[in-house]
Amino acid sequence: MKTEEAIIYSYGFATIASAIPAYSKRGDIVFVDRAACFAIQKGLQASRSDIKLFKHNDMADLERLLKEQEMEDQKNPRKARVTRRFIVVEGLYMNTGTICPLPELVKLKYKYKARIFLEESLSFGVLGEHGRGVTEHFGISIDDIDLISANMENSLASIGGFCCGRSFVIDHQRLSGQGYCFSASLPPLLAAAAIEALNIMEENPGIFLVLKEKCERIHKALQGISGLKVVGESLSPAFHLQLTDSTGSREKDVKLLQEIVNHCMDRSIALTQARYLEKEEKCLPPPSIRVVVTVEQTDEELERAARTIKEVAQAVLL
Amino acid sequence: MANPGGDAVCNGNLHKHEKQSDGSPSGNCAKNGIVKEAQQNGRPHFYKPIVESFEEAPLHVMVFTYLGYGLGTLFGYLRDFLRSCGIEKCNAAIEREEQKDFVPLYQNFENFYTRNLYMRIRDNWNRPICSAPGSRFDVMERVSDDYNWTFRFTGRIIKDVINMGSYNFLGLAASYDESIRTVKDVLEEYGLGVASTRHEMGSLDKHEELESLVAKFLNVEAAMVFGMGFATNSMNIPALVGKGCLILSDELNHASLVLGARLSGATIRIFKHNNMQSLEKLLRDAVIYGQPRIRRAWKKILILVEGIYSMEGSIVDLPQIVALKKKYKAYLYIDEAHSIGSVGPTGRGVIEFFGLDPRDVDVFMGTFTKSFGAAGGYIAGRKDLVDYLRVHSHSAVYATSMSPPVAEQIIRSMKFIMGLDGTTQGLQRVRQLAKNTRYFRQRLNEMGFIIYGNEESPVIPLLLYMPAKVAAFARHLLNRKIGVVVVGFPATPLAEARARFCVSAAHTREMLDTVLENLDEMGDLLQLKYSRHRKSTRPELYDETSFELED
Repeated sequence: MKTEEAIIYSYGFATIASAIPAYSKRGDIVFVDRAACFAIQKGLQASRSDIKLFKHNDMADLERLLKEQEMEDQKNPRKARVTRRFIVVEGLYMNTGTICPLPELVKLKYKYKARIFLEESLSFGVLGEHGRGVTEHFGISIDDIDLISANMENSLASIGGFCCGRSFVIDHQRLSGQGYCFSASLPPLLAAAAIEALNIMEENPGIFLVLKEKCERIHKALQGISGLKVVGESLSPAFHLQLTDSTGSREKDVKLLQEIVNHCMDRSIALTQARYLEKEEKCLPPPSIRVVVTVEQTDEELERAARTIKEVAQAVLL
Repeated sequence: MANPGGDAVCNGNLHKHEKQSDGSPSGNCAKNGIVKEAQQNGRPHFYKPIVESFEEAPLHVMVFTYLGYGLGTLFGYLRDFLRSCGIEKCNAAIEREEQKDFVPLYQNFENFYTRNLYMRIRDNWNRPICSAPGSRFDVMERVSDDYNWTFRFTGRIIKDVINMGSYNFLGLAASYDESIRTVKDVLEEYGLGVASTRHEMGSLDKHEELESLVAKFLNVEAAMVFGMGFATNSMNIPALVGKGCLILSDELNHASLVLGARLSGATIRIFKHNNMQSLEKLLRDAVIYGQPRIRRAWKKILILVEGIYSMEGSIVDLPQIVALKKKYKAYLYIDEAHSIGSVGPTGRGVIEFFGLDPRDVDVFMGTFTKSFGAAGGYIAGRKDLVDYLRVHSHSAVYATSMSPPVAEQIIRSMKFIMGLDGTTQGLQRVRQLAKNTRYFRQRLNEMGFIIYGNEESPVIPLLLYMPAKVAAFARHLLNRKIGVVVVGFPATPLAEARARFCVSAAHTREMLDTVLENLDEMGDLLQLKYSRHRKSTRPELYDETSFELED
């Protein structure tokens, strides 16, 4: 990742859930996107800071919140000098499959003096020329981001997670990251697997182009289904299929989608519904089917999958 | 032996003898039958008196400890002053130029301890090892040219260091027999990562196998496994209790239990460590007064305790807690991270150690890191509890499941301990651990060190008190090729720094003797033998066979 230092955790969920409370304490302010994943929500809850949600990927909303905060600061400058401000975003959102607008975020960061924590679980190993994530994709210097956290469970096919950034930031977690100090470390087997995966990523950067191509292909192929719309950018390998007109009740939606999934399973296409804990999430995304692409799938397989999904959807929804 | 039916009181515990005809799965019933018979026959594992000691240090030691910290703090202020003046070069990492006018990321005082006191003795922690953590291991040699600000590896490896620091209670962390081939086969068949959560695509048949094995091992109805021990606590306690519930947790509970309790949103009250009067008082207040302000009864009362406390080495007073729980109708959650596999006649944990019924405890939690040589955690209990957790646990929905080779390693270790692989080696190891523990503790007590904790617990904290001695102790012992773990503030109270020994079944008598000799020398060199209860090692003078009466 071309950063100074990195720290390894033994579980992906615990990575971001321990990193946020290590820096942000009671009285600090965190601006977080509405579509943030559950691990981030738990990290924020553990940190007891003030949380301000802004609309998904809406920079105008974020700027409005930041401006309000600035006005509050001017009323109370002494307090403002000690409250830290953080913006927590994901590179590729798991719940919607969209990319965060990083250049504008960096501009906002310097304007309003907040620090950025970037969570790159889906985008590490996917975006960028060499797979280094959103920063490479947009061409932003990695020093502008204070902390990048990712889990190794998606692209690196191992278990665990890491945080990387400058030593100034990362070294603090060695004594105060709960999931680091109070927990067992990663088994060497999984660490070795991650090292191998990183070597593979470095040696053939061509696989990222291949992945991109496949993502775009499946996106196009799934566009025309009546009744289901594709949610997510064409660059994202994990996107959602949602119902265009929901039937009104969440349970019925879930049942319909489950039927589609079951039929697809009968025809040997494995899909799954995106699962959420309905009572615990702050902003519950609508029910959807999650489709994930890998580099290993050939083009014919992708075509077949797309066709099957189309047929099944038409059969079930009409 | 004829037993009076109904609620007969045996040894102070209420045992409902009719329970045997419950609709529990047959394997469980038979096992429970055996356990109960042992109890009915005036159990062989009778009510042992619990011998726990937490001796206080003599006054001069405490005075010197605080003096030492005070001196360190003074010097710290001096150095900070010099650094801010620019006279001294600042070696720590600093903020970026462009971000200098941001609100500082760390408060100055938060880092004071880290910068000034911890930095001086930092070389005793985070030491990388390069072999399996068996009874002996290899440590990479590390030197620092600038007083511990940066380290560099010389490239040499210190071989065969006796390992007194790893949680390797049954010696399963190193490869112990050729059947590690099964793990390799699983690795080749299933791969390494799972890349999905339990609810979506991540439930493998290996997980089912492991869960049923764990349930059999613990003598309960069902179990569920998770990928990380810390996360097991912090993600399942919020699923079990919520707002309007009360959590009574021990003073010295682990950070994962505290985090889980905080995340759940329930009210938390703390009782003094292992102190049953304090717990009873809290329970009475809770039942009598109910929730604060609205005075309604609490929805649930959950008592959180650990089997063995890792910093103190004490074992929870389980019979009394179970009696209290039944009297006040609370639920009991017991975290057996250190005690599973290491206490009890066949290694089943504190329940077996005290000879109690597994159905008395509502939630069993434990980790596979310590005694099984793998990683991960489990929660076990009644079937409806585990079914509820399968649906509602945060980890099942959002976090990836356990990796298959790791699951296979746990299956293998558990079969080894239970004796299902056809040998009695597992049982022998459990007994060897108990023997080693008792020997080690007894010798350390004789030598005059202050040791905390229960006589039977394999985690042995040896008190060092002064920060400088902490560093000297660890460094000297590494020079003599013994690896220990020392702990200071903030994991322990400020004045009670300690060295923590973890006895293992893989340690032979010679290894323990080597360690004890070296400790003896260290104790004399560093003046560590503070105990005032020094037991004499001279033979008893009144042994009648050694002198004859003159007639």
